[in-house]
Amino acid sequence: MQLQQMYQEIILDHYKNPHGRGLRDPFDAESFQVNPTCGDEVTLRVRLDGDTVADVSYDGQGCSISQASTSVLTDLVVGRPVVEAFGKFDAFVELMHGRGTVEPDEDVLEDGIAFAGVAKYPARVKCALLGWMAFKDAVAKAGGEQR
Amino acid sequence: MTAVTAPLDVDALRADFPILGRTVRDGKRLVYLDSGATAQHPNQVLDAEAAFLREHNAAVHRGAHQLAEEATDAYEDARARVAAFVGVSPDEVVFTKNATEGINLVAYAMGNAAAVSSSEPEAARFALGPGDEIVVTEMEHHANLVPWQQLAQRTGATLRWFGVTDDGRLDLSDVDSVITARTKVVAFTHQSNVLGTVNPVAPLVDRAHAVGALVVLDACQSVPHSAVDFAALGVDFAVFSSHKMLGPYGLGLLYGRRELLAAMPPFLTGGSMIETVRMEGSTFAAPPQRFEAGTPMTSQAVGLGAAVDYLTVVGMDRIAAHEHTLTVAALDGLAEIPGIRVIGPTDGVSRGGAVSFVVDGVHPHDAGQVLDDQGIAVRVGHHCAWPLHRRLGVPASVRASFYLYNDLADVDAFLAGVRETKRFFGVA
Ligand SMILES: Cc1ncc(COP(=O)(O)O)c(C=O)c1O
Repeated sequence: MQLQQMYQEIILDHYKNPHGRGLRDPFDAESFQVNPTCGDEVTLRVRLDGDTVADVSYDGQGCSISQASTSVLTDLVVGRPVVEAFGKFDAFVELMHGRGTVEPDEDVLEDGIAFAGVAKYPARVKCALLGWMAFKDAVAKAGGEQR
Repeated sequence: MTAVTAPLDVDALRADFPILGRTVRDGKRLVYLDSGATAQHPNQVLDAEAAFLREHNAAVHRGAHQLAEEATDAYEDARARVAAFVGVSPDEVVFTKNATEGINLVAYAMGNAAAVSSSEPEAARFALGPGDEIVVTEMEHHANLVPWQQLAQRTGATLRWFGVTDDGRLDLSDVDSVITARTKVVAFTHQSNVLGTVNPVAPLVDRAHAVGALVVLDACQSVPHSAVDFAALGVDFAVFSSHKMLGPYGLGLLYGRRELLAAMPPFLTGGSMIETVRMEGSTFAAPPQRFEAGTPMTSQAVGLGAAVDYLTVVGMDRIAAHEHTLTVAALDGLAEIPGIRVIGPTDGVSRGGAVSFVVDGVHPHDAGQVLDDQGIAVRVGHHCAWPLHRRLGVPASVRASFYLYNDLADVDAFLAGVRETKRFFGVA
């Protein structure tokens, strides 16, 4: 069944037990993103330490896909150089826009490869990207892109 | 509701709707429960549109050739049929792009009236400004909310609204203090696209008219599903959309009382809506042409004429009774499933066939996905009524909506789908 491909165990685990959830201080910048078609929202904070993503914290409400993908995001980017984090961002965005044709690289995306099945449902791609867009925006606001 | 003897022969009706014969998601029977968003089209409508384009196509209201004459007749004939369907005269019905444009037409015409009222005394009755009030409700579709917010912003008028009770009815406990001598217009929905609630029109019309305010009725969800007579309701304006009543896309209807349309300044301007044009300025045609700038949606109007004929033959009272049966079956079935919260009236009283709910522990988007996997098409999200969802304390909901081509097998499939949703996500 297609549905099982979409709701991988990994996704449901992240949904039920999200990593890094809750807004924390200190932080350098915050981004609020909303999906206007369904009302899902996320508030995400980023703290940078030099060129490194020192912390990502978030809060929000939304479907399993949007919540789990934000949880996966924190696993992938916290403690990494900003440049590497954006490499993962690009890989995740490419996967999600691939309509199921992109073969994800587990070394880069780790648990994020579980979202390959979501990419087959265009209506859910926005859900999967909600937290990621907040991350990109928050890093840019924190001046992370220029470093 | 009037007593109805002969129930619908849904199997026979379904044969008219080719799309209902297709399968979705790996061979599943399509259970289409999203008619509140847009309805499906019977062959009679598709054929009428195609026949017009094949045999009579031409630009209406211009040209002296035979095709132009036939096209104009077809277009005006459709207007007459739609007008009769809602109990008004053809010259009181304006074709717009959709219901949303119809509401904007009135809101912009009122804004324009404020600008021209010194030179055009006729328009003064529509003008509004600081100190004036616009009244809406908390259960409106964004289409009947945002244009009024914008009008208030442009003119300096104040927006006020009726609240919603916990069980999804309009809170009309204090009508006289919400609609006052300052009120210029009262805009509200006849039937909620989320809750199904059918609102009482008479008390609002009576109060609005007592203080000299205009009434705009959003009839998008009532006209497709029950017999509606705008003249009998006494509203000043009303809007509805072709695509929600078996008709083509790209066509909305605005009803306006004759004397109001006659006095109202235009919204969109250009060709087809003028009387005389000189370089120095122009005068405008009589309604409804004054409000139909540019080449109109002609084949769509013809298709809607066929849709109205189809609905009339089936019978609006029978359709309403049929949907009532399905709605009560769905509500009763949901009540038996633990962890389901229906938003809106949970009985069948003064309510139409939109059933919205949340499943404890499952986000509506996820619930919709599991239903979709079983071939069941529902709507998820806030259904363009974000303030209403906020008021009822839910970020979003799942909505099943019924129409004449749904049957009890669809309701059973839907209820089984809701149970499967809970099983899939492991919630008790
Ligand atoms: C109650 C209500 N009002 C207005 C609209 C807007 O209709 P349309 O999108 O056809 O303009 C809808 C449909 O979505 C509706 O359900």
